[in-house]
Amino acid sequence: MKLLWFHLMPYTDLPDDFKQRHPSVWVDIDSRLFDPTKAHHMYNDFMDELEAAADAGFDGICVNEHHSNGYGLMPSPNLIAASLARRTRDAAVVVMGNSLALYNPPIRVAEEFAMLDCISGGRLVAGFPVGTPMDTCYAYGMNPSQLRERYREAHDLILKAWQEPDTFTWNGRYHKLRYVNPWPRPLQKPHPPIWIPGGGSVETWQWCAERDYVYAYLSYFGYQAGQATMNGFWGEMKRIGKDRNPFRAGFLQFVGVAESRDEALDLYRESAEYFYNRSLHVDSRYAAPPGYASEATIRSKVVSQVLQAAVRATDERAFGAPSFEEIVSKGYVIVGSPDEVAEQLREVAVTLNVGQLMLLLQFGNMGKPLALYNTELFAKRVMPQLRDLFEREWENRWWPKPLPSAERARPREVGR
Amino acid sequence: MTGAGPAATARVVHVAGEDLRVLEAGRGEPVGFLAGLGGLPLWTPFLERLALERRVVAPSLPGFPGGGHVHHQLDDLLDWITVTLDLLDAAGLGGADLVGHGPGGLLAAEVAALSPALVRRLVLIAPFGLFDAAEPVADPFARRPSELPRLLSSHPEAFAATLALPPGEDEVEWRVGSVRAAEAAARLLWPLGDLGLRKRLHRIVSPTLLLWGGEDRLVPASYAKRFADGIAGPTRIRSIEGAGHRIDLDAPEAAAEAVLAFLREA
Repeated sequence: MKLLWFHLMPYTDLPDDFKQRHPSVWVDIDSRLFDPTKAHHMYNDFMDELEAAADAGFDGICVNEHHSNGYGLMPSPNLIAASLARRTRDAAVVVMGNSLALYNPPIRVAEEFAMLDCISGGRLVAGFPVGTPMDTCYAYGMNPSQLRERYREAHDLILKAWQEPDTFTWNGRYHKLRYVNPWPRPLQKPHPPIWIPGGGSVETWQWCAERDYVYAYLSYFGYQAGQATMNGFWGEMKRIGKDRNPFRAGFLQFVGVAESRDEALDLYRESAEYFYNRSLHVDSRYAAPPGYASEATIRSKVVSQVLQAAVRATDERAFGAPSFEEIVSKGYVIVGSPDEVAEQLREVAVTLNVGQLMLLLQFGNMGKPLALYNTELFAKRVMPQLRDLFEREWENRWWPKPLPSAERARPREVGR
Repeated sequence: MTGAGPAATARVVHVAGEDLRVLEAGRGEPVGFLAGLGGLPLWTPFLERLALERRVVAPSLPGFPGGGHVHHQLDDLLDWITVTLDLLDAAGLGGADLVGHGPGGLLAAEVAALSPALVRRLVLIAPFGLFDAAEPVADPFARRPSELPRLLSSHPEAFAATLALPPGEDEVEWRVGSVRAAEAAARLLWPLGDLGLRKRLHRIVSPTLLLWGGEDRLVPASYAKRFADGIAGPTRIRSIEGAGHRIDLDAPEAAAEAVLAFLREA
């Protein structure tokens, strides 16, 4: 299976009373809490961590896009990915991804992803999220009733722009472009693998199956809560006649590993509590703009993940924050010794049938030393126990196909 | 329902490829009604009261209850205005008096500006369409469900009761219908900035009543003057104290009487 290292880039210095004094970590988070000098160090630490993860042998390193968000400091994941493309050798550069409807014209995504694919020598995974309501409808003012239509049109335009050799005209519903001819084009042919980060909507599952894309469920609530969604996904695959190739699916899991379970509980308590009680303090008024969820989704009573988070946040305001014990017992974060973590992750991967496993090994206010410790211990002692899973039975058709290593450029060393 | 007025009957008109519902009640000269946020899942006491004196004709705007899925075809304000013009024609409201509330008020104003012959006397009840950064229109789309009644009504408990599942309705479809109405409003209004109506107000020559709840927390009552200043026709501003944005629920009698008194002047 593939083991990927995912960074959200959370702001690590929200005050202790953040939850009590501020309504939301997202959309209208108080900008006076943002210290750019601290952010200078955070960005550099985070990029060090991503580079270290690649060096440690993770198959891929993942970044994503958020706006006006105190747990995601990457309005442009492409900027980070550009640097990672230069500073890593073999890891897949997984941009999870660009919220297509927010780019005007959307060929910007075709261009920037093509740049990343060329710079990295064909290591790009192109993530195409619709984007959360907070990012798209509130922080970026996108009409929730048009978001998905615009997303689909942008998708079609980007795919054509990557594959059509001749300059063409796009006369779409939302975009009219007389001359479409992005330059550069992606190195991978016909295009980089496409992964779709999604919540629990049936349409997204069908869309991934129809287009043969990876469906990635980026849950913050662990494998127990993810079970229902992944069951739904595989049920839908079966219904429409697709195989159970586990590489069709990605899943995100928080992990804290140490020499012993007791030590892990001790080491990761603070950053886990920080994440679930401060980073994830989302105001529910930004969770459900009308039209964001389709009527089919409402009918099937599949509540989107962000709504769940926000409802949780609301509930927790009423009933108190989740304790570390709950965070662990509910599986939001898997903690333990290397063997315990490996055993649990194996069970997660098999139960959810997920071949592209994304690990969050830095979370909350975790500093660089602990993030590197977690990363290196995972790479040395957990990863070898999981690597072989699914590999013999299934082909991973959704992984980048880079140039052979010997044919790839060698960036110069950083000078003084 | 108060039982004070005649019951409404429903018919359909074919617009934009779908059958859209037209509710009507009463006799006499027709008056068109373009409903506000939430549309008309049910006939209201306000309309019952109007129908004591006039034939009230309420075609459903796209996506609002009775309005099908036509909203999904509409990409911009011009599309909305076009379908509203088609709807008024199909409902037989050409040249009639026209009342619009909230988003319906915006569209009534646009129709009056772009097709003056279509509207005799115009009543705008807390319409959207203008925006002043110094006193912004509130955002009804960024609310916890528990906050909406207080934002929209000065009688939040009574307002909340109007949203409850009526006997005999399917719970899922009722919920889908109310989300669809909110989506239609969002599709038209998002993100609640200036929609360009400001540049067209001078084309409104119909005598116009600007009717507001004095405690409107959504569209501030001061916007009445902004509308009145821009409209070329004679204007009157009327505020009903103690009523919120949903003046039709908060003060149905007073609101209906204000509308009828203005229309009687013709």
